[in-house]
Amino acid sequence: MFAAKFGRNALLGLAALAVTTAAGGAQAFEPTKPIDFVIMAGKGGGADKMARLMQSIVEKEGLSSRPLVPTNKPGGTGAEALVHMNSANDPNHTIMVTLNSFFTTPLRQPGLKVDILKFAPVGRMAEDTFLLWVHKDTGITTFEQFLAEAKKRGKKWVMGGTGKNSEDNIITDHLNNAYGLKIKYIPYKGGGAVAKDLAGQQITSSVNNPSEALGFYEAGSVIPLVAFTDERLPMFPDVPTLKEKGGNFSYFMQRAVVGAPGMSKDALAYYTALFTKVYNSKAWQTYKSKKSLMGDFLAGAPLKSYWGVQRERHTKILKASGAIK
Amino acid sequence: MDILVSLADGMLQALQPFNLGLAFLGVVVGLFVGAMPGLGSVNGVAILLPFTFVIQDISGSATSPMIFLAAIYYGAMYGGAISSITLGIPGASTAVATTFDGRPLALAGKADKALVTAAIASFIGGTVANLLFTGFAPALASIALDFGNPEVFALMLLAFATFVGLGGDDIPKTIFSICFGLVLATVGFDIISGEPRLIFFEITGFSHGIRFLVLAIGVYGIGEMLWTINAAKDNTAMTETKMSPKTILREIRAFPAAWKGTAIGSTLGFFVGILPAAGATPGSLMAYGVAKMVSRRPERFGKGEVDGVAAPESANNAASTGAMLPMMTLGIPGSPTTAVLLAGMVIWGLQPGPLLFTEQPDFVWPLIGSFYISNVIALVVNLAFIPVFLWMLRMPFTILAPLIFVLSIVGTYAAYQNMFDVWLMVLFGLGAYLLRVLDYPLAPAVLAVVLGPIAEPKLRQSLLLSDGDFSIFFTRPIAGPITVIAIILILLPLAKLLWSKARR
Repeated sequence: MFAAKFGRNALLGLAALAVTTAAGGAQAFEPTKPIDFVIMAGKGGGADKMARLMQSIVEKEGLSSRPLVPTNKPGGTGAEALVHMNSANDPNHTIMVTLNSFFTTPLRQPGLKVDILKFAPVGRMAEDTFLLWVHKDTGITTFEQFLAEAKKRGKKWVMGGTGKNSEDNIITDHLNNAYGLKIKYIPYKGGGAVAKDLAGQQITSSVNNPSEALGFYEAGSVIPLVAFTDERLPMFPDVPTLKEKGGNFSYFMQRAVVGAPGMSKDALAYYTALFTKVYNSKAWQTYKSKKSLMGDFLAGAPLKSYWGVQRERHTKILKASGAIK
Repeated sequence: MDILVSLADGMLQALQPFNLGLAFLGVVVGLFVGAMPGLGSVNGVAILLPFTFVIQDISGSATSPMIFLAAIYYGAMYGGAISSITLGIPGASTAVATTFDGRPLALAGKADKALVTAAIASFIGGTVANLLFTGFAPALASIALDFGNPEVFALMLLAFATFVGLGGDDIPKTIFSICFGLVLATVGFDIISGEPRLIFFEITGFSHGIRFLVLAIGVYGIGEMLWTINAAKDNTAMTETKMSPKTILREIRAFPAAWKGTAIGSTLGFFVGILPAAGATPGSLMAYGVAKMVSRRPERFGKGEVDGVAAPESANNAASTGAMLPMMTLGIPGSPTTAVLLAGMVIWGLQPGPLLFTEQPDFVWPLIGSFYISNVIALVVNLAFIPVFLWMLRMPFTILAPLIFVLSIVGTYAAYQNMFDVWLMVLFGLGAYLLRVLDYPLAPAVLAVVLGPIAEPKLRQSLLLSDGDFSIFFTRPIAGPITVIAIILILLPLAKLLWSKARR
């Protein structure tokens, strides 16, 4: 509050003073205005719910002296958000919640001139998981039965998923390629609509995140057949992984917070500390286990190298499906 | 009987002073954000979501914060009508249809009639929807599940049909207007292919598509306003409206004249509301179209017909209650606002979905009880404030008109924090004025911009399902009859035209 009364230059001087005098000890960066908290997806989706949960944890525990102001930028599978970040006026006050479109959209649209390795690695809050779901009335209870039935029905087997060339599309492509299936993929606007259409048997399967399918799963109308994870999920101990079934494939969605390109070191340190606190909060940990999220907190150089690996992998995936050359 | 006991119990909970206070506060906040052009219930709910944590801490249950947010939602549905009627700018996208007849009524000095009709119709719409919700929630949820892609598309087709198939208007001009709106609706990134479309001059602002409110504020705040200035240059005040408790009482007694619009709006709005993806804006527009279609004097619509105010107003309230149903029972938002409410429920530790009613009755029933109570509060507050709203109208036109322009610009900026959208809004306003001078109806274009983005993906998803075979819209048990009715309605005016030509 006190600092806000000073001009911008005075404040910078003050901050510089703080760095030189109290080396290491005190926090070198403090936000001086509300923080632009960009969400790379529309209102009501998984990313949006998560972002608003983070915001409310920051608010409730009083973790930041300035509020996080969420703005949804869903346009063009994250393109709108990425461009906004790339051209941020004040990178020290601009952060974003990301999905895997953080990797795929810059690859599919090189014209955006977005290099994700230039973004500031604030913190990975979780990795979301994917399962294969069918309606219980199909009578299918195992992955083998699914393969047999999907093979038999050919193009009449319909997979609903969120968006084209998205996470759901990538998994569907993998199933088609690896098992010689002809599943038809229908893109939807959001995971909730997919879950509803599976429950209403408008489509025959989905690869929803647990958070999206949970309601219908608990009501007994949809059942999970296989998890696209490395190990079984604690919440679904009886559901085998695809690896157990002989497949060499797992897939996760990063739920990470990133800073705009050009964010200062001190600001990055501030946001990493802030989101470490959010990550360790009881509310976040409860949410993580309730929605079957995985992944430890990752920040700084390890997070950047994780992005590098993911970018590599998505380049291969998109090339294989013909989405990019 | 079980339901009645649960409901009575829930109402008692909702009537506890803390919850009652929250409902009152929520309604007042909602009225304000609803009446402010550009701000709608979705903004109010999203901004106040973090504060609900404090409410939850005080009350110790998730019901109280939800009562608060739901009251904002309802309040905004009432509030949207206020600026639609008094200023002619839709306060929120849900109140666009209210401007069609609300504004002409205000210009004719009958703003009190329009405001009272809007308030009472809103109350009836909300209450009818509450009764349906209370009695049949689980059964209705299964109807929502039966509506797949072809069914939703058929319904959207029906909505377009109600606008084309109206006698009286110039049909070719109406169709032009719809097509123009549909083109605008395709701007931006395509959901199905993920490709950008119609990004004019590679301006990034187009990548998120033409926002509905940008068009609506442009058309009504700028375009219609310029038209009014032109038409009424000699008048100093926008309208002469005397106000006294007596006139308001008189209008309340005269309300039954709008029974037809209210009945249509209440039921149609509710059913459109329970379908995920639709929500209150399409609901109110469809109710307006149907009310005009079944009216005995459709030619009066758009010129100040009370049914034209009652239908959309009862529909947007009924639809907002309806939209709660898929949110609570299926975990799917039926409107942008319920999407934020859904996020709220997750944050408060609830699992919306098929089991919510059985596993969380302590949450559900007090909330349903509060729906009834918030509606009563909103009606009373609204009626009490009508004289204040009317006072706005008595401002000299030379002050009011610039004020409306300023509100249009501020409102557009407030909605999206983006100067590009403000310029676009002004451009639409000037374009709308031109079209108005040339006597093109603009409501169909507005309708197309709302329904286009819903209808188009549904059409393409359906055709993906059927491998491009259009018979999918005729052979399915629910989609079939709806499609046939829609096509008949579209062809009806054509047949009439041919018949009258043949007779000559």
